[in-house]
Amino acid sequence: MKHILMLAVSTAALALGAGAAYAECGIEAGSVRILSNDFEALRTINAAAQECASDAVTVTANATAEHKEIQVPALTINPAEYTVAMVANNSIVPLLNDDLIRPLDDLVAKYGQDLQPSQLVKIDGKIMAIAFMGNGQHMFYRKDILEKAGVEPPKSYDDVLAAAAAIKEAGLMEYPLAASVKPGWDLAAEFVNDYLGTGAEFFAPGSAELTIDNENGLAVLKVMRDMTAYMDPDYLTYDATEIQKEYEAGKVAIMNEWGSLAGAVLDDEGAVDGVVENTVLAAAPTIAGGSIPAAALWWDGFTIAKNISDADAEASFQAMVHGISPDMMMANKDVATWLIAGYEPGPAAVGVIANANGGARPYPMQPYMGLLHTALSTELAEFMAGSEDAEQALADVKAAYDTAARGAGFLQ
Amino acid sequence: MPHKTFFAFILPSLIAMVLFIALPIVSVVVQSLYVSHEQILVEVENCQPFGGCTKELRVDSAATAALREDQPLGRFNGLGTYVNRAHLATSELGAILATQAGPGEKFAQILNLPFYKALIFTLVYCFVVTPLAMALGFAIALAVNALPKFTKGPIIFFSLLPMIITPLIGSLILYWMLSPNGVLGATIQHIFSDPTLSLRASPALTWGALLTYGVWTNAPFSFVVFYAGLQTVPGDTLESAMIDGASRWERVRYVIIPHLAPLATFVALVQLMDNFRVFEPIVGFSAEANATSLSWLIYNDLSGDSQQFGSAGATSVLTILGVVVLLSPVLVRTWREFKHKAV
Repeated sequence: MKHILMLAVSTAALALGAGAAYAECGIEAGSVRILSNDFEALRTINAAAQECASDAVTVTANATAEHKEIQVPALTINPAEYTVAMVANNSIVPLLNDDLIRPLDDLVAKYGQDLQPSQLVKIDGKIMAIAFMGNGQHMFYRKDILEKAGVEPPKSYDDVLAAAAAIKEAGLMEYPLAASVKPGWDLAAEFVNDYLGTGAEFFAPGSAELTIDNENGLAVLKVMRDMTAYMDPDYLTYDATEIQKEYEAGKVAIMNEWGSLAGAVLDDEGAVDGVVENTVLAAAPTIAGGSIPAAALWWDGFTIAKNISDADAEASFQAMVHGISPDMMMANKDVATWLIAGYEPGPAAVGVIANANGGARPYPMQPYMGLLHTALSTELAEFMAGSEDAEQALADVKAAYDTAARGAGFLQ
Repeated sequence: MPHKTFFAFILPSLIAMVLFIALPIVSVVVQSLYVSHEQILVEVENCQPFGGCTKELRVDSAATAALREDQPLGRFNGLGTYVNRAHLATSELGAILATQAGPGEKFAQILNLPFYKALIFTLVYCFVVTPLAMALGFAIALAVNALPKFTKGPIIFFSLLPMIITPLIGSLILYWMLSPNGVLGATIQHIFSDPTLSLRASPALTWGALLTYGVWTNAPFSFVVFYAGLQTVPGDTLESAMIDGASRWERVRYVIIPHLAPLATFVALVQLMDNFRVFEPIVGFSAEANATSLSWLIYNDLSGDSQQFGSAGATSVLTILGVVVLLSPVLVRTWREFKHKAV
């Protein structure tokens, strides 16, 4: 028995040492072509999947921020340009709408022993994606600044505004708050985050009828606008990357920022003295008297294209399972909030986990949510700039959404 | 040239023009008349890592595929897309005009409609940038023409720089320079001793920055053309004007400008067309909150979480119509001159 154990250990050591990933992946032949968004966690997975390349197996990866623009056309052609599309709650929807990805039940049964049940994204009873990480925007704050201003760590947006006022009053910072509200995707995401925190629904049950035109919508807009009083006057040009820079430059005390960027904030690079050691990650603030964090929960996962040969699909699934293996996760613990078996949250994952534990809601997966996101992204800009009132802004969003949803065939 | 030779000569260009200009335009026009199929929605159970399982609507892709097979273009919508709120907004416009509000209030309400908001900026950009850029280009051309020969080369090179830089990069560079941490932004704050002054925060200043950028980037083209034109000004006429005691300004006014007038028409034509599809500076300056253009609307329809091809097609057709309307006075004039000469 001991000998067998020794043998197993030494074989494993050999396999790791020699980088003999081929043996681990066990792929005989095929072509794996990955399309993904471009951030560190996904690049890490791509690199791990590429370990499966051998004489008979090609593995290529295209990590690009434009992935959403190209995924539908690239998977529509036959054979598809990519065999794997990495998606999130929102970007899986266009692929489902056009029936471009295949159910994975048989592949999961065959190769998915390492996967956890919570990783399986099931739609209509069929496994359509394998999630591997969670993400979401949550609060980052500077405990030293809050202490100097004599305020408790904020729990709600009322607290955030009060803390900002105290910090400004004490002359500690001119613009203590930051939010990614650049018109476009970011601004819409900010509204979606806050609206989810109110507990209300975006659409009437069972239809594409928009229902944000209510007191919850108004409360959300009020908070978004109240915050701008404590934000850099250029706030309408700030996206998530920009506020990260402002924060690392020590100009911001409280912000809502992506969990996937927490690792980059907490590392020793790029921040002025005092920022890293005083940064605390926490759940997103609650809003409008609600009790759940006002931020969408996101998962990132992979899907396998429909228009490819079964052999390529099998090879792709195996390579991706290797890419998101517990070994990869152990080697890159702090890169993301992993959903992979054996993960123990590190310091960078605190915020996302706090959101999830606080009962934050997932980003909606309705097929018409993208249309709402686009409508929000353009129609809220004038409100944020202060040239329009909240009622008008909500009416504009509804009008823009209705126009788009009629054109897309979701509304009569 | 015999007709056959002429035809053979232009045939490749003709084919290319049909393939790359005419057909795409026809395709855009056709697509703008259609909208997506009715979506057939079914309720299914979605299970995700967060939030557990929920009942949600989903597009029935098999049924939709059948619909698509039947009518590949989608539902015929006629001019419906053109008159909806995202474009000409005829019913919204009618409602606004029918209210008792004052003209200022009405104008503000019209500007709240996305198409008109974009159109206003596009037109302002066209009509401010084109003449200013032409005037600046002409001034530079006159100045460079008066320089001693050995300095001309380097000066011409530097004058052309704005044109050599890709518009997106050029606008990004200016945008960074104008940020409060940038050299121009900090200087402006210092001059007005107002630390909160930010070119990016105020709509008026954003417009100002975009228009300045437009003049800066468009001037080199006018300069090059006018400079070439200046080389063709008849020396005899200039000399006789000098003998008659014409000042430098009078020579410019009465000899050079009339001589360059046909060139100016050409430059105006090209620049108007160029400026009507202003796009890059808006993206480069992150100015979407304060300024949008027709091209930006098309981009916005085609990017993001859901593409709206019919809507983008309608905006494209309206842009083409806009260019035709803008250019028609110049075209009519050129046509008249042409006929006049022929007689």
